[in-house]
Amino acid sequence: MDTILAFVIGGLYAAGIYLILRRSIVKLIIGLALLGQAANLLIFTAAGLTRAQPPIVAEGSEVPINPSADPLPQALILTAIVISFGVLAFTTVLVKRVYQTVGTDDLDDMKATDR
Amino acid sequence: MELVAAVLAGFVIAPFVPWIRRAGRDYTGWIIALVPLFICVYLATLIGPIADGETRRVSYDWIPSLHINLSFYVDGLSLAFGLLISGIGALIMVYAGGYLKGHHHLGRLYAYLLMFMGSMLGIVLADNIITLFVFWELTSITSYLLIGFNHHEAKARSAALQALVVTVLGGQLMLGGLLILGYVSGSYELTEILTQGDMLREHSLYVPILLLILAGAFTKSAQVPFHFWLPGAMEAPTPVSAYLHSATMVKAGVYVLARFHPALGGTDLWTIILVTAGGLTMIVGAYLAFPQSDLKRVLAYSTVSALGTLVLLIGIGTERAIEGAVVFLLVHSLYKGALFLVAGIIDHGTGTRDINMLGGLRKAMPITAVVAGLAALSMAGLPPMFGFIGKELVYDALVEESGFVPRFVAGITVAANILLLVIAGIVGIGPFFGRNRDTPEHPHEAPPSLLTGPAVLAGLGLAIGLIPTLFIGSLIQPATQAILGDPVAISISLWHGFNPALALSAITVGVGVGIYFGRGRLRPIALQIYDWRWYGPERAFPRIMEGLDSIALTQTRLLQSGFLRYYLLTIIITTVAVVSYPLFGRGELFDRPDFGDVRFYEIGLGVLLLMAAFQAARSNSRLGAIAALGVVGYGVALIYIFYGAPDLAMTQVLVETLMVVLLVLVFYRLPRYVQRSTRGNQVRDAIVALTAGGMMTALILASLSFEDRTTISAYFDENSVPLAHGRNIVNVILVDFRALDTLGEITVLAVAAAGVFALLRLRLAEPQDEEADRGA
Repeated sequence: MDTILAFVIGGLYAAGIYLILRRSIVKLIIGLALLGQAANLLIFTAAGLTRAQPPIVAEGSEVPINPSADPLPQALILTAIVISFGVLAFTTVLVKRVYQTVGTDDLDDMKATDR
Repeated sequence: MELVAAVLAGFVIAPFVPWIRRAGRDYTGWIIALVPLFICVYLATLIGPIADGETRRVSYDWIPSLHINLSFYVDGLSLAFGLLISGIGALIMVYAGGYLKGHHHLGRLYAYLLMFMGSMLGIVLADNIITLFVFWELTSITSYLLIGFNHHEAKARSAALQALVVTVLGGQLMLGGLLILGYVSGSYELTEILTQGDMLREHSLYVPILLLILAGAFTKSAQVPFHFWLPGAMEAPTPVSAYLHSATMVKAGVYVLARFHPALGGTDLWTIILVTAGGLTMIVGAYLAFPQSDLKRVLAYSTVSALGTLVLLIGIGTERAIEGAVVFLLVHSLYKGALFLVAGIIDHGTGTRDINMLGGLRKAMPITAVVAGLAALSMAGLPPMFGFIGKELVYDALVEESGFVPRFVAGITVAANILLLVIAGIVGIGPFFGRNRDTPEHPHEAPPSLLTGPAVLAGLGLAIGLIPTLFIGSLIQPATQAILGDPVAISISLWHGFNPALALSAITVGVGVGIYFGRGRLRPIALQIYDWRWYGPERAFPRIMEGLDSIALTQTRLLQSGFLRYYLLTIIITTVAVVSYPLFGRGELFDRPDFGDVRFYEIGLGVLLLMAAFQAARSNSRLGAIAALGVVGYGVALIYIFYGAPDLAMTQVLVETLMVVLLVLVFYRLPRYVQRSTRGNQVRDAIVALTAGGMMTALILASLSFEDRTTISAYFDENSVPLAHGRNIVNVILVDFRALDTLGEITVLAVAAAGVFALLRLRLAEPQDEEADRGA
């Protein structure tokens, strides 16, 4: 499965990069979101996939049942998901505001600070 | 301890100058002069012990892991320089108070001067060569500030920059030389390096070490072809010119040559380079000084000449030559300092420094005239001045050896000295005799604060000339010994008897006096040749600077296009190139293409994700793109579920839902998708994107073939329940083991939320926007 995921991640990166290279600022946002997903999956896959139990310790025992999934990449990704949501929410609202103020969503029209 | 205090005193006191000035008013100069005076007295107490063969060393750890220590060391050479720096420093402080009396930024000048003095003492007292380099650069910086003291004048600013660029360039090269030197000799302490001369001279890295260190010394000491910055530096106030650009800083290069002489000197290469550069600088400086009409420029070029003489003597390197160098160093500092200060007095008293407008000042300025006369006699090398001893020693060193080259060098030296004698007359005698001329201001005698400095310096020149042993016998012998690295016995006296040197002196005086009286006709001729300098480094420097500017401009235009996508393209392509090289260079990438253990629904999910990604990239409608993005998000959540990460899946689903809702709401208010890029751009971007994506795939495949997967997770597994009393290990990591990270994350979210709120509430001035907002 990790081989398949490697191609999925490559595809997500390609789509994300293609979108951030567009002139439309709206496409830029979608591209950023895709890149975020790709990065999370990258960490998840590179850390080693396993169909094992979630890293949860059962009642009455002190350590998780072996084998269980690695908790560390999960903790990292959990943080990353939330942060990328925060960044994306901010960017989205910022873009809306920029469009209201500048009247365009073309990045080429935003080259200079004054017009 | 006292050594460190002596070096650091200037830096410590500099910040308090404003208060000293407020308390001291017009006597500030006299008060601040106490700092260098104390240092000078302290160093003078060392003369006895050093002459008896002792040395002083003190060392403090600075960056021990890099062998950089705050270590200081005094021997005869350091002591001679230290006394010059502190002694002349004290006189300059007094002089500056009178020269810039009431100047708005006098306090600033004092602060710079104090820091400069500290830096200079740091150079000559440092034992660690990296410490030496740090102080070396500090003198370049303080010199920059002092030359640009009148920073409202464009000329001062550009002269300051020129001096900075030239000296710092040399400094950087010298740093390279010092580092190699430290590497080769295994120590960064001078006391240890200087004992390894035989090894260093044989070493294969000797040539680069020597050339790099010479680059630093030659730029600092204004050797041809780097001499042009020194006359430019005359934009500085006169006390600064006297102190930095004649008596002390420009001699730092000479100090370094003298200091490294035991370790690097004595080879053929050393002699050839130093004698050539020194001899050339000596004659070129003297020649260029002759036709100048600005007093300070005359003195500046003659300083260049003197620096050349010093380098030449160190290059010759015989006992006699080194002794001559030490004596001439002191001689020059005394008379040149005095003459610079006299030039300042004349400027101050008459309002001009143009020698064509000056004459007959001896009636209005009798004391100044006497002082100037004494200094000029010393410069001309006439008895009974100290300068006579200096010149005799120099001649003596030159006639010692026979052969064509030594004879030729001796001839050049005589020629240079003839010119210097003429210049001494032009500067020290000319303005005070002859008929009175009209000057911008009515000439008047200078106040004591201005006269003290030059009078003491010129007086010392006379006193040492009369009784050389009493004043300097105990200073010159240790200094000469330190440069040579071997014990020497020397004797100094005014009268050496009839010898070849005396004959050369007679020639010098005879021809010099002749030229002096014929100067009215000779100077215009010399001036024509002086114009040739525009084909030399003086012109090359601005050309090089312009070239650098235009390269910078081109590069900026190339890299800073202002288009976001070009920045991104640069970043992406660079990343792909930098990552791909080692990645594919390994060549064992796809050793284990592992498609085993794949379930059918996983293949389906993979295909779905790829299709969704493609759709998000290609979609022509906003809603379509958002929907595709949603599919990707939920698909990723499914992967998390399959592989033992329910927490991630849960969070992902929640966030994805929120995200889609937010995007739909906001995008509804944004313009429709329009096709903006050309077909070609799309193809280009698609190629870049696919390459980058392909590289990521390869990267993951490579990481999967990496066998060793020991992680720190075992610790979390074992301690989650016993230490943190939590059964969901992921949650325990987030809120317990790595709680601070999570706090940071929450902060980021709070900031983002505040930003979102502020952006939504923001009201802009234009009425149409307000309407739009009300409509919402």
